[in-house]
Amino acid sequence: MLYFSKLRIIFITIISLLFIIFALSNLFNFDNKILNKKINLGLDLQGGSYLLLEIDNDPVIEQKLQNLTVTIRNFFKEKNVRITNFKLSNQTLSFTSDENSKQTILDEFASEESELNPYYQRFKSHQLNIVEENNFFKVSFSKQGIINLKTSSQDQALEIVRRRIDEIGTNEPNILKRGNDRILVELPGLDDPMRIKSLLGKTANLTFRFVTNDTEGSFGAEKLEFEDGTEEAIVSKRIILSGENLLDAQPRMDTENNETVVTFSLDRVGAKRFGKATSTGIGKRLAIVLDGKVISAPVIRDTIATGSGQISGGFTFQSATDLALLLRSGALPAPLNIIEERTVGPDLGQDSINAGMIALLIGFILVILYIFVKYKIFGIITNIALILNLFILVGILTIFEATLTLPGIAGIILTVGMAVDANVLIFERIKEELKSEKNNLIAFDSGYTKSRTAILDANITTLLAAIILFFMGSGPIKGFSLTLGIGIFTTLFTVYFIARLLTVLYVSKNKEKEGLI
Amino acid sequence: MIAFNKYYNKFNILSVSLVIVSLLLLTFKGLNFGIDFKGGTLIELRSTDSKINVSSLRDNLSQMNLGDVSVKNFGNETDFLIKFENNENKNVIEEIKKNLDKSFGNSFNFRRVENVGPKVSAELLRSGVIAISVALFLMLVYIWIRFEWQFSLGAIVALFHDVIVTLGLFSLLGLEINLSIIAAVLTIVGYSMNDTVVIFDRVRENLRKYSDIKIFELTNISINETLSRTLITSVTTLLALLSIFFFGGEVLKGFSLAMIFGVIFGTYSSIYIANTVLVRLNVSQKTVLREDKN
Repeated sequence: MLYFSKLRIIFITIISLLFIIFALSNLFNFDNKILNKKINLGLDLQGGSYLLLEIDNDPVIEQKLQNLTVTIRNFFKEKNVRITNFKLSNQTLSFTSDENSKQTILDEFASEESELNPYYQRFKSHQLNIVEENNFFKVSFSKQGIINLKTSSQDQALEIVRRRIDEIGTNEPNILKRGNDRILVELPGLDDPMRIKSLLGKTANLTFRFVTNDTEGSFGAEKLEFEDGTEEAIVSKRIILSGENLLDAQPRMDTENNETVVTFSLDRVGAKRFGKATSTGIGKRLAIVLDGKVISAPVIRDTIATGSGQISGGFTFQSATDLALLLRSGALPAPLNIIEERTVGPDLGQDSINAGMIALLIGFILVILYIFVKYKIFGIITNIALILNLFILVGILTIFEATLTLPGIAGIILTVGMAVDANVLIFERIKEELKSEKNNLIAFDSGYTKSRTAILDANITTLLAAIILFFMGSGPIKGFSLTLGIGIFTTLFTVYFIARLLTVLYVSKNKEKEGLI
Repeated sequence: MIAFNKYYNKFNILSVSLVIVSLLLLTFKGLNFGIDFKGGTLIELRSTDSKINVSSLRDNLSQMNLGDVSVKNFGNETDFLIKFENNENKNVIEEIKKNLDKSFGNSFNFRRVENVGPKVSAELLRSGVIAISVALFLMLVYIWIRFEWQFSLGAIVALFHDVIVTLGLFSLLGLEINLSIIAAVLTIVGYSMNDTVVIFDRVRENLRKYSDIKIFELTNISINETLSRTLITSVTTLLALLSIFFFGGEVLKGFSLAMIFGVIFGTYSSIYIANTVLVRLNVSQKTVLREDKN
């Protein structure tokens, strides 16, 4: 255990220096791509907002089944199968048919090449499940059907969320999928997420529909409230235009009425439809509906064929800007709910950094002093290893550009406290060996050998705990397990290479000295 | 040499009572779960106006129909921590901001806002419990591979003791259980194991060496031989933890406190619980040699 080859000494020195340089690159700006790495500060240290959004897929499922009603009816009409009594409740579509057609319907749903009930070729499972009892059918999404639906609405929602956040222009947002119906948003440096929350909370489903008096029209109508809550209107369910037809939307000051408005321009299809609707509907009111609320319902005075128009509705400049932003970035496929939010202001973040650093410094000094008092010259060796341990730990975090959190700093401090354990085990063992062995070299050698299993055991147990935390923990706690876990490796490296090397150098020069430790 | 074995029985009785009391506390008083596990909203405020105090803030917020609101100082006189249970109102933080600005002027700085929905808190609690269970299980497997079953039992009993008593103390003192406490408990599990394993390593070594010394004496010899290591490591770990506790800021207080308890219990249990299990199971040289043959 006491022999070091020249090569190994060089190797240890290079490794140590390398990590020290990386650790220092956090303090200085090296003009170099490789060296210019920095530890990322977690949201709890630099301030920022963490939002976990959950997609509410229920309306999507209902909508899909609603659309399916028409598809099923038309599909079987061609085959001369009559289906009646469509009903949708509890995410299940039910209908009835007669005895003769029963098998045709069931066969169609069960066919591996069914157009009506796809996915079989790809997933070995159909999109829909069907149950039949006395010619009464119940159709609902299969497990695979739900998974696909969720994944696709998550993909769409992620894209829209990204567009909305990019539009606001926060720095380096982190937008990630979680599970198949959640989206994680991390916004560093943002201390007031109010605006983003309200923007993400809106589905932004925009439709242009006529106001009618007739509730019995072929498309049906519904009673909707105005956004400001002052009025109600009966609005046809027939959609003239929807947000999908928008090319652009911008807030503007309408100098005529001295009012803030949102101007929009439409794509070709949209412009055509808008032109047609405004020419046939002169004198009627056209309701502009956003997420089930009427923003305004102006009376059409003229045909608008240019494919552009404006929405007024008592906006402030801020609300007009936000509405334009929502319209530009598109509608979410489903409503999003914020199910977890954690926001830290920048000054608390700075306070935490300061407190963490002071605690680290004081803890470090106390441990170093204590070890020096206990072991004198070997205390100095342990302390040199400890200092290098800290540098190497920080260096590794820097190389991987890991995220440091406040619990992460606690993990580093704890590493400092526990790192000396290995050296203590070794030195205590050597002391024992020296009681029966007069030869310093032999005593040191067997001290190292005999303490090895205990050290390994002790570190593996802590490592196990750190690994579990890393995989089970969330956010800041992950940071703790990361520093604690890496700390175990750096500790073993510094103990067995650096401290041992220094010990060997010292002991081989003082072979004959008694009471060495 | 200190005669630790003289007190084996006394401390066993003490530990058994501590565990029973802790279990009773955990059953009847329960744990004070923070918003991470219970759901709800937490707001940390700093005021620039020194006249604002807890009661004026509480009076103001109680008019807001937030349900059960808790208002406390946090670290110092001008910092406050507000907590309330889940509120359906999505704009509740905005409204509190407006209300406080109206009543006190713009004298508040919102330093931290956390809002955890009921679904997330239930998931966090579940994954916390799973994490601790998996950790205990892996420790069991590890120690079972490394040692004879008597040793494994000793280590696991000590481990459960430490976790239960630490949680019992948290229940007794009404300290909040949040995500960082789970991290602390897991680290305690690691530390306690670590401490026990070092002593056990020595016990096993001594069992191989001496065939004529009874386990009652032998554990005492082993404890004494490893005692200075046990103490030095506990001291350095405690020094680090105490500096986190006193200087690391309010956020880490609960975490470092749990760890401090854990280290003290962990050190104690390695001496007085893990070893006494070996004594009571009457472990002898045969136990170790039989294993060696296999």
